[in-house]
Amino acid sequence: MTNKRRRYSRYHIEVAVLRVLRPLGIAFFVLIAFFPFYYMVVLSMREISEILEAPGKIWVGLDEISTAAYERVLKPTSEGGQGFVRFLLNSAGLGLATVAVTLAVSILGAYAVSRLEFFGRRTVHFLFLSVYLFPAILLAIPLFVAFSKLGLRGELPWLVLVYVAQTLPICIYMLRDYFETVPISLEEAAEVDGATRLQIIRKITLPLAIPAIAATGLFVFMIAWNEFLFALLFLVEERQNWTVSLGVQQLTQIETPATTLMAGSVILTVPIIVLFLFAERLLTEGLTRGAEKG
Amino acid sequence: MGAPAAVEAAPESRRRARDTRARRDSRAGVALVSPTVIVVLVMVVLPVVWALILSFQRIRLLQIRRLDILGGEYTLRNYDLLLNSSEFLTAARTTLLYSVFGTLGAILLGLTAALLVRRSFPGRGLVRGILLLPYVAPVVAIAFIWQVLLSPQLGVVNAWGTDVLGWDQPIPFLSQEKGTITLFGLSIGVPTALVMVILFESWKSFPFAFLFLLARLQAVPADLEEAARVDGATPTQVFRHIILPQLAGVIALIAVLRFIFTFNSFDEIYLLTGGGAGTQVLATQVYTFLQARSDVGASAAVAMFMAAVLAVLLLVYLKFFGDRDRQP
Repeated sequence: MTNKRRRYSRYHIEVAVLRVLRPLGIAFFVLIAFFPFYYMVVLSMREISEILEAPGKIWVGLDEISTAAYERVLKPTSEGGQGFVRFLLNSAGLGLATVAVTLAVSILGAYAVSRLEFFGRRTVHFLFLSVYLFPAILLAIPLFVAFSKLGLRGELPWLVLVYVAQTLPICIYMLRDYFETVPISLEEAAEVDGATRLQIIRKITLPLAIPAIAATGLFVFMIAWNEFLFALLFLVEERQNWTVSLGVQQLTQIETPATTLMAGSVILTVPIIVLFLFAERLLTEGLTRGAEKG
Repeated sequence: MGAPAAVEAAPESRRRARDTRARRDSRAGVALVSPTVIVVLVMVVLPVVWALILSFQRIRLLQIRRLDILGGEYTLRNYDLLLNSSEFLTAARTTLLYSVFGTLGAILLGLTAALLVRRSFPGRGLVRGILLLPYVAPVVAIAFIWQVLLSPQLGVVNAWGTDVLGWDQPIPFLSQEKGTITLFGLSIGVPTALVMVILFESWKSFPFAFLFLLARLQAVPADLEEAARVDGATPTQVFRHIILPQLAGVIALIAVLRFIFTFNSFDEIYLLTGGGAGTQVLATQVYTFLQARSDVGASAAVAMFMAAVLAVLLLVYLKFFGDRDRQP
């Protein structure tokens, strides 16, 4: 009896404590996840002299807002700026080309892995897993040496090829999972009607997999946009080919005020966050589909 | 009475149809998967094999234009130098600490966040989106935000630390190798910069753990918990005895994956500290050998050491999670 009452009261205490702690905990996580981005935007709009005077101030008055840092970053180098408009175009082009090539290759590969029994299927699976989990820095050495030797460093199309190889495995996994949810009977019906394998993929499987393909494409674009190591190794000597990531990092190699650096970071971050918020559900579902099975 | 003969004939012809069909499928499968395999072979497998060869040669960056691809003398010098260099052993130790605590931090933060956000409340979708930002945002941008945040001259952390918390002087978080914390008269030595990059890694990666754990939590059957609650189990008891056992598998999977990714990571430390102040890990050492010292051979040898560790981790992954190969 007393035992039961004690457990009963412990229950009530825990429930009451959790009722208070839960909103506090959620607020804490929102704060730590969001504050750095807020801080970045605020600093990008303040004057560097004001920041040095009052580094603890984390807001900007409406009358103090300055767009000078953005002008410095975006203006072409011929006008004394950093030429980030050019870098934005490079990053977008690089990302889109990577998405196009990766999707074209991985749709075929994922279809094969999900639908067809062929010799070496398990080996292929192991190969892709290794590529996904092996360090990029390991590839950096031979690719850097080979591209230097062939004189191909600094050129964007070759970087596309590196990015395709890096993103293919994850694409195959994401697409394969989806292809397996497309009922096989639909394809068999088409086959009975005399459709060829490529026709089946184009007319039946692809239209049904559009959401998965869109999610995978967005994911690849984000990886290509955020990539830093290979851009640094391959492009650093060719300023007109820099990506936004590389452009921002190179700002720290010259004496740049923190405001300019933050303005560059805002320009680098905003497109990705907009894309992500636009497609959040699509992306997260594609990535975690396996987790429910425990 | 002719029926049995017909029944026997049918599987015969069906088997033949299945054989050609299987062969056709197999050929189509190889054809469709070959573009992927070719790209991976040319851009990944061949380079790795070549890196292995490079690690047995004495090659400096300036010589590579004249270099014969397989030529040159083979030597164990690079490995010999590495195993006798305190630099390499320190980097290996730092990598281990960084990977273990970075993984641990990400999982603890991710688990806490997933448990908090589990039940619905107004604005839950928005909160979930915000919590994923550190993982989604470009690493270059967030590394420099942290650099400014922690800067001794203009960072808000030091500004508040000195003004509000009464620190004697600003702390150079990312360039101080050893600091001391004095608590109740006890002084403890702390590897400041290493702790900061571990915190950064935990912060950046917790959304990964959060996302997978939240998805798994949503699949825990509600009636089990309900039954426990009816029996008088308190929330911590429900967590300990009902929820945690259900999550164990996913947590193990996340731990292996996060350990691998953290072990491999180069960008984070390169951008935050450049590998200085006691934060040099193997990945940044590969880069330092390649670029600053232009010693291709030594750089490849460090990378091969990383590859060997990764191969072991990959086997661990396959042994425990190979059958549920749905996982990316």
